[in-house]
Amino acid sequence: MGILDKEFTESNIVITKFDDLMNWARLSSLWQMTFGLACCAIEMMATSASHYDFDRFGVIPRPSPRQADIIIISGTVTLKMALRIKRLYEQMPEPKYIISMGSCANCGGPYWNHGYHVLKGVDRIIPVDVYVPGCPPRPEALLEGLLKLQEKIRNQSLVKKPV
Amino acid sequence: MTVQEIFEIIKEKFNQEQFELKPNIGGEILIVPAKILRELCFFLRDDERLSFDTLMNLSGVDLADGEKKKLEDGTIEIVGGHLATVYHLYSMKHNHKLTLKVLLPRENPVVPSIERVWRAADWHEREAYDMFGIIFEGHHNLKRILLPDDWEGYPLRKDYKVQEFYQGMKVPY
Repeated sequence: MGILDKEFTESNIVITKFDDLMNWARLSSLWQMTFGLACCAIEMMATSASHYDFDRFGVIPRPSPRQADIIIISGTVTLKMALRIKRLYEQMPEPKYIISMGSCANCGGPYWNHGYHVLKGVDRIIPVDVYVPGCPPRPEALLEGLLKLQEKIRNQSLVKKPV
Repeated sequence: MTVQEIFEIIKEKFNQEQFELKPNIGGEILIVPAKILRELCFFLRDDERLSFDTLMNLSGVDLADGEKKKLEDGTIEIVGGHLATVYHLYSMKHNHKLTLKVLLPRENPVVPSIERVWRAADWHEREAYDMFGIIFEGHHNLKRILLPDDWEGYPLRKDYKVQEFYQGMKVPY
């Protein structure tokens, strides 16, 4: 007999709210769109690699917007790229989340004044859930940002509209 | 070969009065009129004694030597004066270098393309066009290389004013 069968014959029953179950499932497997823009993307890759191991939070890169849950805007958003980001975001299925990583994506960063080619904050085109400050943020900061996003998802509900 | 010696060879074929040899940091610069540029470049490449086989760099410059008009909103507009293109040539065969410079009127910056002399000039000329609005006559595909095709203005000009909106997105902070 398998392990699961044994578990159920010994009456290990968990009672929980459906919301909690769904949210637990959703926040534990946030598939991230494989998408990097600038130096922040290097930190993001470092976070994905074995030392910081994004996978322990269920975050794995997914090379298609159609099967991704989150998009990490990791780097400088140029106006030319902004149009592509908007399209990629629109191609992702609901529910979808955005982490804005680093000063450039948050507000333009060092390009805020003289960067004629830079969008001053990715929140001007798509709705951001979590802002991670830093230039670039260390992997620990990005992990903290992900934990914040998980906290947000944990408190959402599928039946009630968020207040 | 020094720049002086190279200039002596150039003088054999071209009328020397149209050139000017200017001292500069890191060697002399040869100022060339735009109308003979392509012919000169072919000569520099094909002459056995010179054989400049490499175009190391091609860049645009805004000299901003025109009249600076102050506008009501505090920005400046430059009228007259010059833009320039600078060509850094190198001969791998003889290990010598030459720098050419072409002065262009700011109101009508047209220079012959040397894309057919050195293929490396292709993207460099597109970049100079993108950033300074210098027209390279005879280039086979002269369009913006870095900025979007529908961008307004030339960002590296000294009197560049950034546009307020690009495709509905606000550009200034």
